[in-house]
Amino acid sequence: MTTNSVTSSATGPNKGVSRQAIFVGILLAVGLIAPFAVYPVFLMKGLCFALFAAAFNLLLGYVGLLSFGHAMFFGWSAYITAHAAKEWGLTPEIAVLLGTFCAAGMGAVVGWLAIRRQGIYFAMITLALAQLMYFVALQAPFTHGEDGIQGVPRGHLFGVIDLSDTLNMYYFVFGVFALALFFLYRVVNSPFGQVLKAIRDNEPRAISLGYQVDRYKLIAFIISAALSGTAGSVKSLVFQLASLTDVHWHASGEVVLMTLLGGVGTIFGPTAGAYLVVTIQNYFATLGSWVTIIQGVIFVICVLAFRAGIVGVLRPFLKKRGIEA
Amino acid sequence: MADDYIVETKNLTKEFKGFVAVSDVNLKVKRHTIHALIGPNGAGKTTCFNLITKFLPLSRGTILLNGRDITNTAPADIAQLGMVRSFQISAVFGHLTALENVRVALQRKLGTSFHFWKSDTSLAELNDRAEQLLEDVGVLEYRDIPAGELSYGRKRALEIATTLALEPEMLLLDEPMAGMGTEDVARTAELIRRVSKDRTILMVEHNLSVVADLSDTITVLKLGKVLAEGPYSEISQNPEVIEAYMGHGVGSHA
Ligand SMILES: Nc1ncnc2c1ncn2[C@@H]1O[C@H](COP(=O)(O)OP(=O)(O)OP(=O)(O)O)[C@@H](O)[C@H]1O
Ligand SMILES: [Mg+2]
Repeated sequence: MTTNSVTSSATGPNKGVSRQAIFVGILLAVGLIAPFAVYPVFLMKGLCFALFAAAFNLLLGYVGLLSFGHAMFFGWSAYITAHAAKEWGLTPEIAVLLGTFCAAGMGAVVGWLAIRRQGIYFAMITLALAQLMYFVALQAPFTHGEDGIQGVPRGHLFGVIDLSDTLNMYYFVFGVFALALFFLYRVVNSPFGQVLKAIRDNEPRAISLGYQVDRYKLIAFIISAALSGTAGSVKSLVFQLASLTDVHWHASGEVVLMTLLGGVGTIFGPTAGAYLVVTIQNYFATLGSWVTIIQGVIFVICVLAFRAGIVGVLRPFLKKRGIEA
Repeated sequence: MADDYIVETKNLTKEFKGFVAVSDVNLKVKRHTIHALIGPNGAGKTTCFNLITKFLPLSRGTILLNGRDITNTAPADIAQLGMVRSFQISAVFGHLTALENVRVALQRKLGTSFHFWKSDTSLAELNDRAEQLLEDVGVLEYRDIPAGELSYGRKRALEIATTLALEPEMLLLDEPMAGMGTEDVARTAELIRRVSKDRTILMVEHNLSVVADLSDTITVLKLGKVLAEGPYSEISQNPEVIEAYMGHGVGSHA
Protein backbone atom coordinates (compact mmCIF):
# COMPACT_ATOMS: atom_id res chain seq x y z
CA MET A 1 0.00 0.00 0.00
CA THR A 2 2.93 2.28 0.37
CA THR A 3 5.80 2.43 -2.06
CA ASN A 4 4.22 3.26 -5.42
CA SER A 5 2.74 6.57 -4.34
CA VAL A 6 6.17 7.96 -3.55
CA THR A 7 7.00 8.66 -7.16
CA SER A 8 4.40 11.41 -7.33
CA SER A 9 6.56 13.55 -5.09
CA ALA A 10 9.31 13.59 -7.66
CA THR A 11 7.35 15.68 -10.13
CA GLY A 12 8.06 19.13 -8.72
CA PRO A 13 11.75 19.81 -8.12
CA ASN A 14 13.19 20.60 -11.55
CA LYS A 15 10.31 22.74 -12.65
CA GLY A 16 10.22 24.29 -9.21
CA VAL A 17 13.84 25.31 -9.21
CA SER A 18 13.63 27.07 -12.56
CA ARG A 19 10.45 28.91 -11.62
CA GLN A 20 12.10 29.89 -8.39
CA ALA A 21 15.08 31.16 -10.38
CA ILE A 22 12.80 33.23 -12.61
CA PHE A 23 11.00 34.63 -9.59
CA VAL A 24 14.24 35.62 -7.89
CA GLY A 25 15.58 36.96 -11.19
CA ILE A 26 12.58 39.25 -11.53
CA LEU A 27 13.01 40.53 -7.99
CA LEU A 28 16.69 41.19 -8.64
CA ALA A 29 15.86 43.05 -11.84
CA VAL A 30 13.28 45.14 -10.01
CA GLY A 31 15.89 45.95 -7.40
CA LEU A 32 18.40 46.95 -10.05
CA ILE A 33 16.15 49.30 -12.02
CA ALA A 34 14.17 50.63 -9.07
CA PRO A 35 16.41 53.67 -8.40
CA PHE A 36 15.54 55.01 -11.84
CA ALA A 37 11.87 55.02 -10.97
CA VAL A 38 11.77 55.70 -7.23
CA TYR A 39 13.63 58.10 -4.97
CA PRO A 40 16.81 56.15 -4.12
CA VAL A 41 17.15 57.30 -0.53
CA PHE A 42 13.67 55.99 0.16
CA LEU A 43 14.63 52.69 -1.45
CA MET A 44 17.81 52.46 0.60
CA LYS A 45 15.96 53.19 3.81
CA GLY A 46 13.55 50.40 2.91
CA LEU A 47 16.40 48.00 2.18
CA CYS A 48 18.07 48.72 5.52
CA PHE A 49 14.89 48.01 7.42
CA ALA A 50 14.15 45.02 5.20
CA LEU A 51 17.50 43.52 6.12
CA PHE A 52 16.90 44.33 9.78
CA ALA A 53 13.50 42.63 9.64
CA ALA A 54 14.84 39.63 7.74
CA ALA A 55 17.50 39.14 10.41
CA PHE A 56 14.89 39.48 13.13
CA ASN A 57 12.67 37.01 11.30
CA LEU A 58 15.34 34.33 11.58
CA LEU A 59 14.63 34.28 15.31
CA LEU A 60 10.89 34.82 15.35
CA GLY A 61 10.03 32.83 12.26
CA TYR A 62 12.44 29.93 12.45
CA VAL A 63 13.28 29.54 16.12
CA GLY A 64 10.10 30.96 17.61
CA LEU A 65 11.94 33.49 19.77
CA LEU A 66 10.45 36.98 20.12
CA SER A 67 13.24 39.41 20.85
CA PHE A 68 12.13 42.81 21.95
CA GLY A 69 15.58 44.34 21.98
CA HIS A 70 16.95 44.05 18.50
CA ALA A 71 17.38 47.83 18.25
CA MET A 72 20.50 47.46 20.38
CA PHE A 73 22.26 45.58 17.59
CA PHE A 74 20.86 47.82 14.87
CA GLY A 75 21.59 51.07 16.64
CA TRP A 76 24.93 50.21 18.18
CA SER A 77 26.35 48.96 14.92
CA ALA A 78 25.25 52.24 13.38
CA TYR A 79 27.31 54.09 16.02
CA ILE A 80 30.32 51.86 15.54
CA THR A 81 30.32 52.13 11.78
CA ALA A 82 29.73 55.87 11.92
CA HIS A 83 32.55 56.34 14.40
CA ALA A 84 34.91 54.10 12.45
CA ALA A 85 34.20 55.87 9.17
CA LYS A 86 34.28 59.38 10.58
CA GLU A 87 36.96 59.31 13.27
CA TRP A 88 39.21 56.53 12.06
CA GLY A 89 38.67 57.05 8.34
CA LEU A 90 37.99 53.38 7.65
CA THR A 91 36.62 52.46 4.23
CA PRO A 92 32.87 51.71 4.18
CA GLU A 93 33.14 47.95 3.73
CA ILE A 94 35.51 47.65 6.69
CA ALA A 95 33.35 49.96 8.79
CA VAL A 96 30.28 47.86 8.01
CA LEU A 97 32.12 44.63 8.77
CA LEU A 98 33.29 46.09 12.06
CA GLY A 99 29.70 47.03 12.96
CA THR A 100 28.57 43.52 12.03
CA PHE A 101 31.21 41.81 14.17
CA CYS A 102 30.48 44.02 17.14
CA ALA A 103 26.79 43.16 16.83
CA ALA A 104 27.70 39.47 16.69
CA GLY A 105 29.71 39.87 19.89
CA MET A 106 26.87 41.68 21.61
CA GLY A 107 24.52 39.01 20.30
CA ALA A 108 26.65 36.31 21.88
CA VAL A 109 26.44 37.95 25.30
CA VAL A 110 22.78 38.95 25.13
CA GLY A 111 21.81 35.61 23.62
CA TRP A 112 23.68 33.70 26.29
CA LEU A 113 21.80 35.61 28.97
CA ALA A 114 18.39 35.41 27.31
CA ILE A 115 17.93 32.04 25.60
CA ARG A 116 17.54 29.99 28.74
CA ARG A 117 14.26 31.83 29.30
CA GLN A 118 11.08 31.04 27.48
CA GLY A 119 8.40 33.17 25.87
CA ILE A 120 7.63 36.42 27.58
CA TYR A 121 10.68 36.18 29.86
CA PHE A 122 12.92 36.00 26.84
CA ALA A 123 11.26 39.12 25.42
CA MET A 124 11.58 40.92 28.77
CA ILE A 125 15.27 40.17 29.15
CA THR A 126 16.09 41.30 25.64
CA LEU A 127 14.07 44.46 26.23
CA ALA A 128 15.81 45.14 29.54
CA LEU A 129 19.27 44.69 28.05
CA ALA A 130 18.32 46.90 25.11
CA GLN A 131 17.19 49.62 27.50
CA LEU A 132 20.49 49.31 29.30
CA MET A 133 22.36 49.71 26.02
CA TYR A 134 20.15 52.69 25.16
CA PHE A 135 21.25 54.49 28.31
CA VAL A 136 24.86 53.65 27.61
CA ALA A 137 24.39 55.22 24.16
CA LEU A 138 22.79 58.24 25.76
CA GLN A 139 25.70 58.71 28.18
CA ALA A 140 28.77 57.59 26.23
CA PRO A 141 30.73 60.60 24.94
CA PHE A 142 31.53 59.19 21.48
CA THR A 143 27.85 58.86 20.54
CA HIS A 144 27.28 62.60 21.07
CA GLY A 145 24.04 62.10 23.00
CA GLU A 146 21.00 63.76 21.48
CA ASP A 147 22.97 65.00 18.47
CA GLY A 148 24.22 61.61 17.39
CA ILE A 149 27.21 61.16 15.11
CA GLN A 150 26.54 63.51 12.23
CA GLY A 151 28.20 64.06 8.89
CA VAL A 152 29.43 60.49 8.56
CA PRO A 153 31.41 60.22 5.32
CA ARG A 154 30.20 57.50 2.99
CA GLY A 155 33.73 57.15 1.72
CA HIS A 156 35.03 55.08 -1.16
CA LEU A 157 34.10 51.41 -1.40
CA PHE A 158 37.34 49.36 -1.42
CA GLY A 159 38.98 52.77 -1.57
CA VAL A 160 37.82 53.13 -5.18
CA ILE A 161 34.08 53.54 -5.75
CA ASP A 162 32.75 56.88 -4.55
CA LEU A 163 29.66 56.23 -2.44
CA SER A 164 28.72 59.88 -2.18
CA ASP A 165 27.24 59.22 -5.60
CA THR A 166 23.69 58.16 -4.82
CA LEU A 167 23.46 55.41 -7.42
CA ASN A 168 26.75 53.86 -6.32
CA MET A 169 25.51 53.96 -2.75
CA TYR A 170 22.26 52.37 -3.77
CA TYR A 171 23.93 49.46 -5.51
CA PHE A 172 26.22 48.95 -2.56
CA VAL A 173 23.22 48.77 -0.22
CA PHE A 174 21.33 46.55 -2.62
CA GLY A 175 24.33 44.24 -2.96
CA VAL A 176 24.71 43.91 0.81
CA PHE A 177 20.98 43.29 1.13
CA ALA A 178 20.87 40.63 -1.59
CA LEU A 179 23.89 38.80 -0.19
CA ALA A 180 22.53 38.89 3.33
CA LEU A 181 19.13 37.65 2.23
CA PHE A 182 20.73 34.81 0.31
CA PHE A 183 22.78 33.96 3.37
CA LEU A 184 19.65 33.89 5.53
CA TYR A 185 17.92 31.72 2.96
CA ARG A 186 20.85 29.32 3.13
CA VAL A 187 20.80 29.25 6.94
CA VAL A 188 17.10 28.48 6.98
CA ASN A 189 17.53 25.76 4.36
CA SER A 190 20.56 24.05 5.84
CA PRO A 191 21.01 21.06 8.14
CA PHE A 192 21.24 23.63 10.94
CA GLY A 193 18.02 25.26 9.73
CA GLN A 194 16.23 21.92 9.89
CA VAL A 195 17.10 21.63 13.54
CA LEU A 196 15.99 25.22 14.16
CA LYS A 197 12.60 24.51 12.63
CA ALA A 198 12.32 21.34 14.67
CA ILE A 199 13.05 23.31 17.84
CA ARG A 200 10.48 25.92 16.84
CA ASP A 201 7.83 23.29 16.19
CA ASN A 202 8.43 21.21 19.29
CA GLU A 203 11.31 21.97 21.60
CA PRO A 204 10.88 19.09 24.08
CA ARG A 205 10.80 16.65 21.20
CA ALA A 206 14.00 18.10 19.75
CA ILE A 207 15.63 17.67 23.17
CA SER A 208 14.40 14.11 23.44
CA LEU A 209 16.08 13.39 20.10
CA GLY A 210 19.36 14.49 21.62
CA TYR A 211 19.68 18.08 20.43
CA GLN A 212 21.21 20.57 22.82
CA VAL A 213 18.71 23.18 21.80
CA ASP A 214 20.32 26.10 23.61
CA ARG A 215 23.38 25.92 21.41
CA TYR A 216 21.31 26.05 18.25
CA LYS A 217 19.30 28.95 19.59
CA LEU A 218 22.43 30.82 20.57
CA ILE A 219 23.99 30.46 17.12
CA ALA A 220 20.75 31.62 15.50
CA PHE A 221 20.66 34.55 17.90
CA ILE A 222 24.21 35.55 17.02
CA ILE A 223 23.51 35.38 13.27
CA SER A 224 20.36 37.40 13.73
CA ALA A 225 22.16 40.02 15.82
CA ALA A 226 25.07 40.23 13.39
CA LEU A 227 22.85 40.88 10.37
CA SER A 228 20.74 43.35 12.32
CA GLY A 229 24.05 45.06 12.91
CA THR A 230 24.87 45.01 9.21
CA ALA A 231 21.55 46.72 8.57
CA GLY A 232 22.25 49.44 11.13
CA SER A 233 25.80 49.93 9.86
CA VAL A 234 24.65 50.41 6.30
CA LYS A 235 21.88 52.74 7.39
CA SER A 236 24.36 55.00 9.17
CA LEU A 237 26.26 55.38 5.90
CA VAL A 238 23.09 55.98 3.86
CA PHE A 239 21.90 58.78 6.11
CA GLN A 240 25.41 59.76 7.23
CA LEU A 241 24.02 59.71 10.73
CA ALA A 242 23.93 57.46 13.75
CA SER A 243 21.45 58.59 16.36
CA LEU A 244 19.46 57.54 19.40
CA THR A 245 16.44 56.77 17.19
CA ASP A 246 18.00 53.54 16.07
CA VAL A 247 18.78 52.23 19.56
CA HIS A 248 15.42 53.30 20.95
CA TRP A 249 12.86 50.63 21.81
CA HIS A 250 10.63 52.08 19.11
CA ALA A 251 13.01 50.54 16.58
CA SER A 252 12.73 47.19 18.35
CA GLY A 253 8.96 47.45 18.10
CA GLU A 254 9.00 48.55 14.49
CA VAL A 255 10.95 45.54 13.39
CA VAL A 256 8.41 43.26 15.06
CA LEU A 257 5.66 45.13 13.24
CA MET A 258 7.41 44.88 9.87
CA THR A 259 8.00 41.18 10.24
CA LEU A 260 4.46 40.39 11.29
CA LEU A 261 2.92 42.58 8.58
CA GLY A 262 5.07 41.06 5.86
CA GLY A 263 4.75 37.47 6.98
CA VAL A 264 6.72 35.80 9.72
CA GLY A 265 8.71 32.74 8.70
CA THR A 266 8.79 33.69 5.02
CA ILE A 267 11.80 34.72 2.98
CA PHE A 268 10.47 37.92 1.42
CA GLY A 269 7.83 38.80 3.99
CA PRO A 270 10.07 41.02 6.13
CA THR A 271 11.03 43.00 3.02
CA ALA A 272 7.40 43.57 2.09
CA GLY A 273 6.60 44.55 5.67
CA ALA A 274 9.55 46.92 5.88
CA TYR A 275 8.53 48.74 2.71
CA LEU A 276 4.95 48.95 3.86
CA VAL A 277 5.93 50.54 7.17
CA VAL A 278 8.54 52.86 5.65
CA THR A 279 6.02 53.95 3.01
CA ILE A 280 3.42 54.72 5.62
CA GLN A 281 5.95 56.72 7.60
CA ASN A 282 7.08 58.67 4.55
CA TYR A 283 3.76 59.44 2.95
CA PHE A 284 1.96 60.26 6.14
CA ALA A 285 4.90 62.06 7.72
CA THR A 286 3.04 65.37 7.53
CA LEU A 287 0.47 64.01 9.91
CA GLY A 288 3.02 63.95 12.72
CA SER A 289 2.21 61.66 15.59
CA TRP A 290 -0.86 60.41 13.74
CA VAL A 291 1.54 58.15 11.82
CA THR A 292 1.80 55.95 14.87
CA ILE A 293 -1.96 55.66 15.04
CA ILE A 294 -2.28 54.94 11.32
CA GLN A 295 0.42 52.27 11.71
CA GLY A 296 -1.47 50.81 14.62
CA VAL A 297 -4.75 50.72 12.71
CA ILE A 298 -3.13 49.08 9.68
CA PHE A 299 -1.49 46.58 11.96
CA VAL A 300 -4.77 45.68 13.63
CA ILE A 301 -6.50 45.35 10.25
CA CYS A 302 -3.73 43.13 8.91
CA VAL A 303 -3.72 40.91 11.94
CA LEU A 304 -7.48 40.52 11.76
CA ALA A 305 -7.72 40.14 7.99
CA PHE A 306 -4.68 38.06 7.20
CA ARG A 307 -2.85 36.69 10.12
CA ALA A 308 -0.05 35.21 8.04
CA GLY A 309 1.05 38.63 6.76
CA ILE A 310 1.28 39.86 3.17
CA VAL A 311 3.67 37.23 1.87
CA GLY A 312 2.21 34.61 4.15
CA VAL A 313 -1.11 35.03 2.38
CA LEU A 314 0.43 34.89 -1.10
CA ARG A 315 2.56 31.94 -0.20
CA PRO A 316 0.21 28.99 -0.87
CA PHE A 317 -0.65 30.58 -4.23
CA LEU A 318 3.04 30.85 -5.19
CA LYS A 319 3.89 27.45 -3.80
CA LYS A 320 1.47 25.79 -6.18
CA ARG A 321 3.51 27.35 -8.95
CA GLY A 322 6.76 26.00 -7.60
CA ILE A 323 7.89 29.25 -6.00
CA GLU A 324 9.02 29.55 -2.44
CA ALA A 325 8.51 33.05 -1.14
CA MET B 1 23.69 -9.43 37.67
CA ALA B 2 22.84 -5.74 37.80
CA ASP B 3 23.44 -5.88 34.08
CA ASP B 4 20.14 -7.65 33.67
CA TYR B 5 18.50 -4.31 34.23
CA ILE B 6 18.88 -1.56 31.73
CA VAL B 7 17.08 1.06 33.80
CA GLU B 8 16.87 1.14 37.55
CA THR B 9 15.40 3.80 39.77
CA LYS B 10 15.99 4.04 43.47
CA ASN B 11 13.55 5.96 45.66
CA LEU B 12 12.48 8.05 42.71
CA THR B 13 10.49 10.92 44.20
CA LYS B 14 8.96 14.09 42.84
CA GLU B 15 7.18 16.74 44.82
CA PHE B 16 5.31 19.63 43.27
CA LYS B 17 5.04 22.30 45.94
CA GLY B 18 4.29 19.82 48.67
CA PHE B 19 2.19 17.51 46.50
CA VAL B 20 3.95 14.21 46.04
CA ALA B 21 3.35 13.05 42.47
CA VAL B 22 5.89 10.22 42.54
CA SER B 23 6.87 8.63 45.80
CA ASP B 24 9.82 6.28 46.38
CA VAL B 25 9.41 4.37 43.16
CA ASN B 26 11.91 1.57 42.69
CA LEU B 27 11.61 0.47 39.14
CA LYS B 28 13.75 -2.17 37.48
CA VAL B 29 13.40 -2.62 33.78
CA LYS B 30 14.87 -5.85 32.44
CA ARG B 31 16.83 -5.70 29.25
CA HIS B 32 15.04 -6.85 26.08
CA THR B 33 11.61 -6.89 27.66
CA ILE B 34 8.47 -4.86 27.34
CA HIS B 35 7.62 -3.32 30.65
CA ALA B 36 4.29 -1.58 31.12
CA LEU B 37 3.54 1.17 33.58
CA ILE B 38 -0.15 1.40 34.30
CA GLY B 39 -2.39 3.13 36.76
CA PRO B 40 -5.35 5.48 36.96
CA ASN B 41 -5.21 9.07 35.71
CA GLY B 42 -2.89 11.20 37.76
CA ALA B 43 -1.04 8.19 39.17
CA GLY B 44 2.30 9.73 38.18
CA LYS B 45 3.16 7.71 35.10
CA THR B 46 4.08 10.62 32.88
CA THR B 47 5.93 12.24 35.75
CA CYS B 48 7.99 9.05 36.09
CA PHE B 49 8.88 9.33 32.41
CA ASN B 50 9.79 12.97 32.84
CA LEU B 51 12.06 12.07 35.73
CA ILE B 52 13.74 9.11 34.09
CA THR B 53 14.52 11.15 30.97
CA LYS B 54 15.49 14.15 33.10
CA PHE B 55 12.84 16.46 31.67
CA LEU B 56 12.06 17.21 35.30
CA PRO B 57 14.57 17.49 38.13
CA LEU B 58 14.19 14.85 40.82
CA SER B 59 13.22 15.75 44.35
CA ARG B 60 15.00 12.65 45.58
CA GLY B 61 16.39 9.36 44.36
CA THR B 62 18.78 8.04 41.74
CA ILE B 63 18.46 6.72 38.23
CA LEU B 64 20.80 4.22 36.62
CA LEU B 65 21.00 3.54 32.91
CA ASN B 66 23.12 0.52 32.09
CA GLY B 67 24.51 0.74 35.60
CA ARG B 68 25.60 4.32 35.04
CA ASP B 69 24.26 7.07 37.27
CA ILE B 70 22.33 9.51 35.12
CA THR B 71 20.65 11.39 37.92
CA ASN B 72 22.40 14.60 36.93
CA THR B 73 22.60 14.14 33.18
CA ALA B 74 21.04 16.69 30.80
CA PRO B 75 18.01 15.44 28.86
CA ALA B 76 19.67 15.85 25.45
CA ASP B 77 22.57 13.71 26.63
CA ILE B 78 20.20 10.98 27.78
CA ALA B 79 19.12 10.53 24.18
CA GLN B 80 22.74 10.19 23.17
CA LEU B 81 23.15 7.45 25.77
CA GLY B 82 20.53 5.43 23.93
CA MET B 83 17.34 6.18 25.79
CA VAL B 84 14.66 8.02 23.84
CA ARG B 85 11.16 8.91 24.96
CA SER B 86 7.94 9.76 23.22
CA PHE B 87 5.30 12.08 24.59
CA GLN B 88 1.75 11.57 25.78
CA ILE B 89 0.57 14.36 23.52
CA SER B 90 1.68 13.57 20.00
CA ALA B 91 4.97 15.30 19.37
CA VAL B 92 5.80 15.80 15.73
CA PHE B 93 7.42 18.75 14.01
CA GLY B 94 4.25 20.14 12.49
CA HIS B 95 5.70 22.28 9.71
CA LEU B 96 8.20 19.69 8.57
CA THR B 97 7.14 16.91 6.22
CA ALA B 98 6.90 13.35 7.45
CA LEU B 99 10.19 12.59 5.76
CA GLU B 100 11.88 15.61 7.33
CA ASN B 101 10.58 14.62 10.74
CA VAL B 102 12.40 11.32 10.58
CA ARG B 103 15.42 12.92 9.00
CA VAL B 104 15.79 15.34 11.91
CA ALA B 105 16.40 12.31 14.08
CA LEU B 106 18.76 10.75 11.56
CA GLN B 107 20.81 13.82 10.74
CA ARG B 108 22.49 14.24 14.11
CA LYS B 109 24.88 11.44 13.42
CA LEU B 110 25.98 13.04 10.13
CA GLY B 111 27.68 15.61 12.31
CA THR B 112 26.56 18.52 10.13
CA SER B 113 23.74 19.77 12.30
CA PHE B 114 25.58 22.99 13.07
CA HIS B 115 26.48 23.62 9.43
CA PHE B 116 24.37 26.65 8.62
CA TRP B 117 26.29 27.41 5.43
CA LYS B 118 25.51 24.09 3.80
CA SER B 119 22.47 23.33 1.67
CA ASP B 120 19.93 20.96 3.16
CA THR B 121 20.10 18.95 -0.04
CA SER B 122 23.12 17.40 1.68
CA LEU B 123 20.59 15.58 3.87
CA ALA B 124 19.21 13.69 0.89
CA GLU B 125 21.58 10.82 1.56
CA LEU B 126 19.38 10.00 4.55
CA ASN B 127 16.21 9.74 2.48
CA ASP B 128 16.41 6.00 1.83
CA ARG B 129 16.72 5.19 5.49
CA ALA B 130 13.99 7.68 6.37
CA GLU B 131 11.64 6.21 3.79
CA GLN B 132 12.26 2.77 5.11
CA LEU B 133 11.35 3.89 8.60
CA LEU B 134 8.20 5.55 7.30
CA GLU B 135 7.27 2.36 5.54
CA ASP B 136 7.84 0.33 8.67
CA VAL B 137 5.14 2.28 10.45
CA GLY B 138 2.91 2.48 7.38
CA VAL B 139 3.02 6.19 6.61
CA LEU B 140 5.34 6.26 3.62
CA GLU B 141 2.61 7.57 1.37
CA TYR B 142 2.50 10.76 3.44
CA ARG B 143 6.20 11.37 2.96
CA ASP B 144 5.81 14.93 1.68
CA ILE B 145 2.87 16.03 3.79
CA PRO B 146 3.56 18.42 6.67
CA ALA B 147 3.27 16.35 9.83
CA GLY B 148 0.81 18.81 11.33
CA GLU B 149 -1.72 17.85 8.67
CA LEU B 150 -1.64 14.11 9.40
CA SER B 151 -4.40 12.37 11.33
CA TYR B 152 -3.76 11.68 14.98
CA GLY B 153 -3.02 8.01 14.51
CA ARG B 154 -0.53 8.75 11.74
CA LYS B 155 1.18 11.39 13.81
CA ARG B 156 1.72 8.79 16.50
CA ALA B 157 3.06 6.34 13.96
CA LEU B 158 5.40 9.01 12.60
CA GLU B 159 6.54 9.71 16.11
CA ILE B 160 7.48 6.09 16.59
CA ALA B 161 9.36 6.10 13.29
CA THR B 162 11.24 9.20 14.43
CA THR B 163 12.10 7.59 17.73
CA LEU B 164 13.26 4.40 16.04
CA ALA B 165 15.46 6.43 13.71
CA LEU B 166 17.82 6.94 16.62
CA GLU B 167 18.04 3.19 17.08
CA PRO B 168 17.70 3.55 20.81
CA GLU B 169 18.47 0.70 23.14
CA MET B 170 15.71 1.83 25.40
CA LEU B 171 12.37 3.35 24.41
CA LEU B 172 9.92 5.07 26.67
CA LEU B 173 6.50 5.28 25.05
CA ASP B 174 3.84 7.35 26.75
CA GLU B 175 0.46 6.06 25.62
CA PRO B 176 1.56 5.30 22.07
CA MET B 177 -1.90 4.13 21.06
CA ALA B 178 -4.09 6.75 22.67
CA GLY B 179 -6.51 8.13 20.11
CA MET B 180 -5.87 5.43 17.53
CA GLY B 181 -8.52 3.39 15.78
CA THR B 182 -8.60 -0.40 16.24
CA GLU B 183 -6.69 -1.06 13.04
CA ASP B 184 -3.91 1.35 13.97
CA VAL B 185 -3.76 -0.10 17.47
CA ALA B 186 -3.22 -3.56 16.09
CA ARG B 187 -0.55 -2.40 13.71
CA THR B 188 1.24 -0.33 16.34
CA ALA B 189 1.15 -3.24 18.80
CA GLU B 190 2.69 -5.42 16.13
CA LEU B 191 5.31 -2.77 15.44
CA ILE B 192 6.17 -2.47 19.12
CA ARG B 193 6.51 -6.20 19.41
CA ARG B 194 8.71 -6.27 16.34
CA VAL B 195 11.06 -3.50 17.45
CA SER B 196 11.28 -4.91 20.96
CA LYS B 197 13.32 -7.85 19.70
CA ASP B 198 16.65 -6.23 20.38
CA ARG B 199 15.47 -3.32 22.48
CA THR B 200 13.88 -2.58 25.79
CA ILE B 201 10.57 -0.81 26.03
CA LEU B 202 8.95 0.90 28.94
CA MET B 203 5.48 2.01 28.07
CA VAL B 204 2.46 3.65 29.58
CA GLU B 205 -0.75 2.40 28.10
CA HIS B 206 -4.38 2.49 29.09
CA ASN B 207 -5.50 -0.11 26.59
CA LEU B 208 -5.36 -3.18 28.83
CA SER B 209 -5.71 -5.82 26.17
CA VAL B 210 -2.65 -4.35 24.48
CA VAL B 211 -0.81 -4.29 27.77
CA ALA B 212 -1.79 -7.89 28.46
CA ASP B 213 -0.68 -8.94 25.03
CA LEU B 214 2.62 -7.16 24.86
CA SER B 215 4.17 -6.78 28.23
CA ASP B 216 6.44 -9.12 30.12
CA THR B 217 6.17 -7.15 33.31
CA ILE B 218 3.64 -4.67 34.58
CA THR B 219 4.07 -2.09 37.28
CA VAL B 220 0.91 -0.60 38.71
CA LEU B 221 1.16 2.91 40.08
CA LYS B 222 -1.38 4.58 42.27
CA LEU B 223 -1.07 8.03 43.77
CA GLY B 224 2.61 8.03 42.97
CA LYS B 225 3.36 4.72 44.69
CA VAL B 226 3.98 1.26 43.31
CA LEU B 227 0.94 -0.82 44.10
CA ALA B 228 1.96 -4.08 42.49
CA GLU B 229 4.40 -5.53 40.03
CA GLY B 230 4.55 -8.70 38.02
CA PRO B 231 3.31 -10.41 34.87
CA TYR B 232 -0.24 -9.76 33.74
CA SER B 233 -1.52 -13.06 35.05
CA GLU B 234 -0.48 -12.07 38.55
CA ILE B 235 -1.43 -8.44 38.37
CA SER B 236 -4.89 -9.17 37.09
CA GLN B 237 -5.58 -11.42 40.07
CA ASN B 238 -4.28 -9.00 42.64
CA PRO B 239 -7.33 -7.89 44.64
CA GLU B 240 -5.77 -4.55 45.51
CA VAL B 241 -5.18 -3.78 41.88
CA ILE B 242 -8.63 -4.91 40.89
CA GLU B 243 -10.20 -2.79 43.52
CA ALA B 244 -8.04 0.27 43.23
CA TYR B 245 -7.69 0.56 39.53
CA MET B 246 -9.13 -1.80 37.06
CA GLY B 247 -12.40 -2.73 38.67
CA HIS B 248 -14.27 -5.31 36.70
CA GLY B 249 -12.42 -5.19 33.37
CA VAL B 250 -9.31 -6.99 34.47
CA GLY B 251 -9.84 -10.54 35.47
CA SER B 252 -12.02 -11.21 32.46
CA HIS B 253 -9.25 -10.71 29.96
CA ALA B 254 -6.67 -13.27 30.97
N1 LIG C 1 4.41 20.26 36.44
C1 LIG C 1 3.53 19.90 37.38
N2 LIG C 1 3.22 20.73 38.40
C2 LIG C 1 2.34 20.35 39.35
N3 LIG C 1 1.71 19.18 39.37
C3 LIG C 1 1.97 18.31 38.39
C4 LIG C 1 2.88 18.61 37.34
N4 LIG C 1 2.94 17.56 36.49
C5 LIG C 1 2.10 16.64 37.00
N5 LIG C 1 1.52 17.07 38.14
C6 LIG C 1 0.56 16.32 38.96
O1 LIG C 1 1.14 15.10 39.28
C7 LIG C 1 0.18 14.06 39.24
C8 LIG C 1 0.66 12.98 38.31
O2 LIG C 1 0.57 13.45 36.98
P1 LIG C 1 1.01 12.55 35.75
O3 LIG C 1 0.85 13.40 34.53
O4 LIG C 1 2.32 11.98 36.00
O5 LIG C 1 -0.11 11.45 35.75
P2 LIG C 1 -0.32 10.24 34.75
O6 LIG C 1 -0.23 9.00 35.54
O7 LIG C 1 0.54 10.36 33.58
O8 LIG C 1 -1.85 10.49 34.35
P3 LIG C 1 -2.58 10.30 32.93
O9 LIG C 1 -3.01 8.88 32.85
O10 LIG C 1 -3.76 11.22 33.06
O11 LIG C 1 -1.63 10.71 31.88
C9 LIG C 1 -1.12 14.70 38.81
O12 LIG C 1 -1.91 14.92 39.95
C10 LIG C 1 -0.69 16.00 38.19
O13 LIG C 1 -1.69 16.98 38.40
MG1 LIG D 1 0.31 10.65 31.60
